[in-house]
Amino acid sequence: MSGFIEQQRFMCAIGGMQTVVAIPRAVPILHSGPGCGVMVSGFFDRAKGYAGGNTAPCSNFTEREVVFGGEEKLETLIRNTYKVLDTDLQVVLTGCTSAIVGDDAGQVAKRFAEEGKPIVYVDTPGFKCSNFEAHSLIVNAVIDQYVDRYAYNHTEKDPGLVNLFATIPYQDPFWKGNLEEFKRIFQGIGLRVNLLFGPHSGGVEEWKSIPQAGFNVLVSPWYGLPIVEHLEEKYGQPFYHFPYLPIGGNETTRFLRGLAEFARTQGVDLPKERVEGFVAQEEKVFYEELDSLATFLLEFRYGLPNFVHVLHDASYIIGISKFLLHETGIVPKEQFVTDNVPEEYHEGIRAEMAKISDKKTIPVFFQPDAGAAQQQIREASYPGRGLIIGGGWDKQLAKDKQYDFLSASLPSPYRLVMTTGYAGYKGGLRLIEDIYGKVLDTYN
Amino acid sequence: MSTVNLKAAEVQVRENRLGSITGFKGTAAELVQCAQCGELTDSERSFSQCLGCSTSNATCAVALIQDSAVISHGPVGCAGRLHDYGFTYRVNGKHRGVTNPQQRRIFSTNMDEHDTVYGGNEKLAATIREVYERVKPNVIFIVTTCASGIIGDDVQGIADEVEQEIGIPVSPIFCEGFRSKIWTSGFDAGYHGVARKLIKPAAKKQSDLVNIVNFWGTDVFGEWFKRLRLRANYLTPYATVAQIETSSEAVATVQICSTLGSYLAAALEQEFGVPEISVSPPYGIEQTEKWFRELGRMTDREAEAETFLREEREKWLPEIEELREKLGGKTAYVTAGASHGHALLGLLKELRLRPLGAAIFHHDPVYDKGVDSLDSLNNLVEEYGDIPGYNVCNKQEFELVNILNRTKPDILLARHGGMTLWGAKFGIPSLLIGDEHYGMGYEGIVKYGRRIVDAIENDEFVKNLARHTVIPYSKWWLEQDPYAFLGSALEAEGF
Repeated sequence: MSGFIEQQRFMCAIGGMQTVVAIPRAVPILHSGPGCGVMVSGFFDRAKGYAGGNTAPCSNFTEREVVFGGEEKLETLIRNTYKVLDTDLQVVLTGCTSAIVGDDAGQVAKRFAEEGKPIVYVDTPGFKCSNFEAHSLIVNAVIDQYVDRYAYNHTEKDPGLVNLFATIPYQDPFWKGNLEEFKRIFQGIGLRVNLLFGPHSGGVEEWKSIPQAGFNVLVSPWYGLPIVEHLEEKYGQPFYHFPYLPIGGNETTRFLRGLAEFARTQGVDLPKERVEGFVAQEEKVFYEELDSLATFLLEFRYGLPNFVHVLHDASYIIGISKFLLHETGIVPKEQFVTDNVPEEYHEGIRAEMAKISDKKTIPVFFQPDAGAAQQQIREASYPGRGLIIGGGWDKQLAKDKQYDFLSASLPSPYRLVMTTGYAGYKGGLRLIEDIYGKVLDTYN
Repeated sequence: MSTVNLKAAEVQVRENRLGSITGFKGTAAELVQCAQCGELTDSERSFSQCLGCSTSNATCAVALIQDSAVISHGPVGCAGRLHDYGFTYRVNGKHRGVTNPQQRRIFSTNMDEHDTVYGGNEKLAATIREVYERVKPNVIFIVTTCASGIIGDDVQGIADEVEQEIGIPVSPIFCEGFRSKIWTSGFDAGYHGVARKLIKPAAKKQSDLVNIVNFWGTDVFGEWFKRLRLRANYLTPYATVAQIETSSEAVATVQICSTLGSYLAAALEQEFGVPEISVSPPYGIEQTEKWFRELGRMTDREAEAETFLREEREKWLPEIEELREKLGGKTAYVTAGASHGHALLGLLKELRLRPLGAAIFHHDPVYDKGVDSLDSLNNLVEEYGDIPGYNVCNKQEFELVNILNRTKPDILLARHGGMTLWGAKFGIPSLLIGDEHYGMGYEGIVKYGRRIVDAIENDEFVKNLARHTVIPYSKWWLEQDPYAFLGSALEAEGF
């Protein structure tokens, strides 16, 4: 049984509607209670996209549908959605009400699919799982019910093309920027990539080429795993698994070398000179900045952060801890994984955290109840200046502890993020700018 | 019959309690007439977009009480947007003398599949106990959700049981989303929980204390009330439990919006003997005059009220005239909640703008006090004349988009987030003023007028946005009647 949660940092399954919103010109159709859509858009920032938020059609369950079922209402809603909105893909998502009263929304959607409509149905009642898990359910449903029907080619592979699963749109506030950087570095070593989400993707046309990719890339400790496993089974595509977000010089190079190596085992012709040439150029740019920053980091007499607590999802926790320790010298203290990671993945995440340093152990806690995580930070005390990287809830905590604070996870009402990313070489430099920019702002 | 019954665990939703509706097309006068004849029936839509539900509004009424904790009993998503109250509380505390606002304590029982099958009673009980230990609040509110409601958890029983154990009020608030299409039913549910569990019978009266049912707007009343020798008791955001307990000692209750405060004001009057003002809130000259006179009468400060009004008139009337010159004849469209929407329409008329129509989220034919003089739409029509194109529409964006595209007013005045975007997408200057207190009194007319002038004058941004924006609505839809998907059930015979 799951425990209660204070200060939630993620959504329930229907929060996965943002996965749909992130696909250009796709529309989520909610078969749910009236408040679900508003709770979702109120959790995420600037999350309307093309047809989410107030635009998203919803059957808005009332007492009548709870008693008599809402399938008819859904059918009418979908039919009229085609009249009112111009969209390329429709994804029906069910909420708690529909699931508990036993509506068969799948049958309703199927009737439209039989008429030739590009419609997908996914069961996403809030009690089923978090949006971290629902993301995979939705992507797999789109693959099975849409991609599989409309794909240009199911069998012939294009070895230089890969599908990337590296982020949960909107739940990751940096998803757009991260995807942009991934595309840049993939192209840098000679791979073409299907991003599938956001403005740098090719929308539904790109989704249709999923089966043609030579292999898949998963950047995540656990979420998204069901997608690449599904694709492996369905289209015989193996996957390259990098279990955290690569941030900065060390880790991005490690990621790219591993990726190139994997690609070669899949028969992709990636000349070593091209890969190493790209890496060398990127590292040159990255370390030129770090070199010129070092004096500041080592000498600034008025105080810079010495240690950090991060409250984020597991991918960021590992990525940020590795990055800050090795590339800025900020020492990670207690780290709090807030994304409700299923038990079976805990060990792998701990193992990855243990690799960060052979000199020190970084304590990591799996704590979706972020109120409890905060309590632990309140009670901890270390010499030097502290930094908290977390969500909007943590601003007051940082103030009370007199720590520096960077808002980098949801919910994040105190920060505006548009296309900023923290992944890759560029993301690493940006993270440094953001942290030390905040610190310098404290000097008036 | 009174709509207030504090012995009952739940308050009825507005549809059943007040006969409120969410679908209507016609004019404001027609709606008033229809409502007065008891011929108001709701209309259904065969296409609809995400609405909003009572949970947020119920939480809004209780989460900002200084020493409270709130538990959402349901899946974690049902508390998804509640963090917003944490932000609000921190940034607006300065208006209410809360200089170091602390984090809001908002919990979810995080109901999972197991709980929906076997029930969430035990989990709820355990959560209440642990929340008490972690927070040591002076009250714990439990807001219910669709899931906890449908599976039939005994929230009332659990609350009573744990309340006995921990010795502080544990107040269940029944606000399942599917029960009402009118999310303001959530305010009533929240206030019901406050009135039942917190407000105590008055031990004495404080002759200068006036309750103000409001959100978290700027402290305009504090300044005004000083001139009337009154003190403002703001309910419920930023109040403490102790302060709410003694709100029964006040001499009167006023509210910034009858949609918001109808139920709490009526409960204070009917159960605790604090009279509710029988005049619509002070927006526009006519209502401002009536409101302050009535307040003066209720608090035995008639002379002070007259002095106040005279001073205000002298100070602001000249600029109101100037603004009327500038704005006279300009066209406007309003989208807002009910009573506040009426207030905004009044302000526009006061400034001589011409409303082309309004999309108002719902309509209450009557408020809980049950007196005609509080009928803010009727007051509006009587003072300023009819409003054409008066559409009752619960944030159905597609209808608004269609209407804006055809009416192209000089300005869109919105209240509640998300709607101004559609003005801007069509290049229409769009204004949303979050602070509900901004437009009150003579001063408010001037402040609003200045902002409208400013928005119309500085339209470069919306014009530019209109050139680059993407609109997901089909060409077909933009050419249809805006009410094409609104059922005809409302074609009442009285028309």
